[in-house]
Amino acid sequence: MLKVENLHAVVDGKEILKGLSLEIPAGQVHAIMGPNGAGKSTLSYVLTGRDGYEVIEGSATLDGEDLLALAPDVRAARGVFLSFQYPLEIPGVPALTFIRTALNAQRRARGEDEVSAPAFLKLAREKAAALKIDFEMLKRALNVGFSGGEKKRMEILQMAMLSPRFLILDETDSGLDIDALRIVADGVNALRSPDRAMLVITHYQRLLDYIKPDRVHVLAGGRIVASGGPELAHELERGGYERYEQAA
Amino acid sequence: MAAVKQTVEHVESLEKYKHGFVTDIEQDFAPKGLNADIVRFISAKKNEPEWMLAWRLDAFERWLAMDEPDWAKVSFPKIDYQDSYYYAAPKEKVGIKSLDEVDPDILETYKKLGIPLREQEVLAGVVGAPRYAVDAVFDSVSVVTTFKKELAQVGVIFCSMSEAIREHPELVKTYLGSVVPVSDNYFACLNAAVFSDGSFVYVPPGVRCPMELSTYFRINAENSGQFERTLIIADKGAYVSYLEGCTAPMRDENQLHAAVVELVTLDDAEIKYSTVQNWYPGDPETGRGGIYNFVTKRADCRGDRSKVSWTQVETGSAITWKYPSCILRGDGSSGEFYSIAITNGRQQADTGTKMIHLGKDTRSRIISKGISAGRSSNTYRGLVSAHPKATGARNFTQCDSLLIGKHCAAHTVPYIEARNGKAKFEHEATTTRLSEDQLFYVMQRGLSQEEAVQLLVNGFVKDVLQELPMEFAVEAQKLVAISLEGSVG
Repeated sequence: MLKVENLHAVVDGKEILKGLSLEIPAGQVHAIMGPNGAGKSTLSYVLTGRDGYEVIEGSATLDGEDLLALAPDVRAARGVFLSFQYPLEIPGVPALTFIRTALNAQRRARGEDEVSAPAFLKLAREKAAALKIDFEMLKRALNVGFSGGEKKRMEILQMAMLSPRFLILDETDSGLDIDALRIVADGVNALRSPDRAMLVITHYQRLLDYIKPDRVHVLAGGRIVASGGPELAHELERGGYERYEQAA
Repeated sequence: MAAVKQTVEHVESLEKYKHGFVTDIEQDFAPKGLNADIVRFISAKKNEPEWMLAWRLDAFERWLAMDEPDWAKVSFPKIDYQDSYYYAAPKEKVGIKSLDEVDPDILETYKKLGIPLREQEVLAGVVGAPRYAVDAVFDSVSVVTTFKKELAQVGVIFCSMSEAIREHPELVKTYLGSVVPVSDNYFACLNAAVFSDGSFVYVPPGVRCPMELSTYFRINAENSGQFERTLIIADKGAYVSYLEGCTAPMRDENQLHAAVVELVTLDDAEIKYSTVQNWYPGDPETGRGGIYNFVTKRADCRGDRSKVSWTQVETGSAITWKYPSCILRGDGSSGEFYSIAITNGRQQADTGTKMIHLGKDTRSRIISKGISAGRSSNTYRGLVSAHPKATGARNFTQCDSLLIGKHCAAHTVPYIEARNGKAKFEHEATTTRLSEDQLFYVMQRGLSQEEAVQLLVNGFVKDVLQELPMEFAVEAQKLVAISLEGSVG
């Protein structure tokens, strides 16, 4: 599924990723942990094509296709989805309108028919109920005046509606209380499937109690400095990142 | 009395000049330039009665004594009023003969607007398009007046101003210039002297106009100014909704559009006036060409409990300088102003409204959304005032500006005058920049950059779009998208 090789990326003239390599096969969930400033968010932006995140060396492919050559919206249509650490407010655009516009844009890009209004509403009701989102809330402008937890749930709802193949969750647990965390994690787990891959970026091991990773990587100094099974996350929780920061 | 005497003298002198113009009347352009003879030419060309000519000549005299105002936050080279045609009637030989001769960009715009080809031909001014085409659109002459019979059945008069002057002189005499006096301002005064045509609407007491009335204006001829004049009267308890659309082809020269719109509502009457203005904005890089849109629009809520609502979507013109206003004279009358003003490229807009509260318990509401992109400048200028007698006057104003890119400017200039202690005015204003974070967020969900800008901008202007009649809202939404194309990145 995702293959990243020797990735070097520059932001504001400063090299943040310094030879990062990572491979996530279809059906697997990988977690990336690491200290502040290690380049975790940079990796998510580089993979999704944000302006200002310049790749100077290396490659990133999704099922063999060069991701880095594609515009952000094209990557989205190919099935790349980023759940933002800080979801943006979109004044004047109801959540339902927003999601439907996005879904149809992606479908058009893939040469598929637009989804009909009744089919869309049915799907939205279903997915919202699963995430315990009041359907009335979807008629309000996306994320405007929503609490931190509501915003994160809205991200997962979008993910469920857009049905991506490769999912990146950037600090999805931040700002969530334990109940909200469980709802969000259930939503994410419902999306696990043999033809999807996920990259979970997190500071803390807590989220990984709910979303069990197949592999855990430590990102420090712009590179993956250690990889292991789920037990690595527990080890990090106990020992901290210091050891790895020195190694980097 | 002196003024009257002067007018009489002018009417007399006209008699002498008239003959000199007999042959000229046959032509389709008035000679270039502006003088009393041109005013006579226009009046004669339109077979106007003498009182109308006298009115025009009086306006012309006054105009000569006036100075062009310069207080707006716009800049442009001095206009040479002698270097323009003041009357241009469409004639086959000056028209465009086939769609191939029409600028492809304009056709593309129409296509994007979803106007079907037949109508496209109409709007592009193709000679030989359906008969109503020539009547429908451009330059100085005539307006679309379909459904006339159906309207007449309920007593609604909807015709061109020229026709109204001939057929309904008493109404015209009573109301013309009663809201925007002849010498109200420089451009309105010029309009009074040389106005060519426009729409006239009269809705009799108690009648709810059974359909939306609409007019498409179009400047077509080169070097010609357009001075249309619209007068709408809603008699007691009447209601009418009127739509105005504007387009113009690309020209290297600047063209002056100095229209006057007067609305009158009597007791319990309501007028809803919507504009989608898409005049040619000039070259986005050099700023060459484009329309100077210097328009005076004013409503007089003369009757108690009467209501006027202005909604405008301003996307075109090199310079827009207009303030659709309401004089809230009747007790309990109310005025609304909903505006979307978009500037891109090198466009300049200085627009807003005036709500003049004169009657008791009058209300007004202003929602203005300004969007600036490119190297443009967008100013909201508004006045809310309450007369000492306007106790209980209330106003709510919200002015939001959105900046796209780093080289544009937005300004908000609100004037508030409360001359009694029982008026309640509220003013809210925000300025935001379309953030790269938002753009990226939307693009990550699968929208292209232009689609993302459209979505965000449509969200920004939603409060105003929903005030437009349904069909117009769709058109306006597309216009918003077209006018912001290429504004990012």
